[in-house]
Amino acid sequence: MGLFFHIGRYTSFLGNVLRRPEKGSVFRALVLDEMNSIGIQSLGIVALLSVFMGAVICIQTAHQIGGWIPVYTIGFTVRQTMILEFSPTLIPVILAGKVGSNIASQLGTMRVTEQIDALEIMGINSANYLVLPKMIAALACIPFLVILSMGLGIGAGMWVGVSTGVSSVADFEYGMQIDFNAFDVTYALVKTCVFALIISSVSAYHGYHTSGGALEVGRSSTKAVVYAVVIVMVTNLLLTQMLLG
Amino acid sequence: MIEVRNVSKSFGGQTILRDISATFHPGKMNFIIGRSGSGKSVLTKCIVGLHRPDVGTVSYNGREFTSMNRDGKKDIRKEIGMLFQGSALFDSMTVLDNVLFPLRMFQEAPLGELRERAMFCLERVELPDAGDKYPSELSGGMQKRVGIARAIAMNPRYLFCDEPNSGLDPQTSIVIDNLISDLTQEFNMTTVVVSHDMNSVMEASDFVHFVHEGGIAWHGSSDDLLRGGHPALDEFLFASKLMRKLRESTRP
Repeated sequence: MGLFFHIGRYTSFLGNVLRRPEKGSVFRALVLDEMNSIGIQSLGIVALLSVFMGAVICIQTAHQIGGWIPVYTIGFTVRQTMILEFSPTLIPVILAGKVGSNIASQLGTMRVTEQIDALEIMGINSANYLVLPKMIAALACIPFLVILSMGLGIGAGMWVGVSTGVSSVADFEYGMQIDFNAFDVTYALVKTCVFALIISSVSAYHGYHTSGGALEVGRSSTKAVVYAVVIVMVTNLLLTQMLLG
Repeated sequence: MIEVRNVSKSFGGQTILRDISATFHPGKMNFIIGRSGSGKSVLTKCIVGLHRPDVGTVSYNGREFTSMNRDGKKDIRKEIGMLFQGSALFDSMTVLDNVLFPLRMFQEAPLGELRERAMFCLERVELPDAGDKYPSELSGGMQKRVGIARAIAMNPRYLFCDEPNSGLDPQTSIVIDNLISDLTQEFNMTTVVVSHDMNSVMEASDFVHFVHEGGIAWHGSSDDLLRGGHPALDEFLFASKLMRKLRESTRP
């Protein structure tokens, strides 16, 4: 099916999702559940990846510099890489794999086992009931995960730099502070919020429109991750040009 | 009463339903029967609004459903209960939460009252002790009964059952048929059952609509069913050796 078909159906799907929830108390409970699923249960993987990436960036930068390039460049590079690209882009890409496939397979399974039809028969807007809590939870949690990732990555870079002797604490701290532009963090968080909406809505779209059986649920899950990652990458380029270009 | 008038439905150029008209009576077990792929499930989905007919109308007690907006349809859907072929229970919720679900979504009463109502429904389907279990811990027959309990939780005026006996043994099938039949009379619901199980049709039906090649080829009371009257219906009814023997034994 063509690109325009999907754009039209995605827009119509969002039109159904972005409505007033049926019942506030039920909706709040669902959002909290989703925050646990999307946020708390992703803490481990985000922390692990961030620590190792920060450490590796530190060692790679130390390996590259020498002679006339000052040592504080290590701290500067770790900070800039974590804030500008690794945390706000690669963490959402990883979450597109973890959270996106989970959302798509959950909704796909509900579709093929007629649970979504059951909601509709009851008079419930199933897209709104199932997807809006996920989008809000993603919007609330993923920026926090990204901020955590920035902190852990820079901290790990500093720890590895000092413990391997490639940098002193003072040099690293100086590099971390030099030429700091607070707008870089704003840019990173704007990107993150947009990516959070893309990951949750694109994967929900694929899961919600699954038809068939178990095989199609698997296909929807794969498609959800691939499409979410591609759209995140294209949006990353556009947003970077708009905000930094 | 549910009235279907001149409903047609196609998918991708393939016509599934052709100019179907039918009336489903309150307090009765109205069966839609037919071979697999004949269009009976699509017809049911058109009636409950999961598919929009290309042509034709569906009315619930004179209220024209097909052309209603979302809010109008929502009001009617609160009067509809449906038992799905695979039960469609929410597998992340316990049995009690499944039955409570429509009540929590649409009723403002205190939780204690809602739980009482849910427990009443579970007792009505003879599963008073299953409330804390998850759907995956139940047998197929028990899942169907929970599905029925959830369907009747909101006191529906219309009950739809899609293949309620699929995957069940004959004895459990009869239990489910009798339960649906009892509830239909008890709550004076307009019950529509989609089935191709002849045991179920003979056991529980009041009125029968036979769908063949996307149209209603025959309709009448269950008493008239075995007299046949349409070659495709005869072929369908007497496909099994048991039914052929029954026909021979009842011939004068």
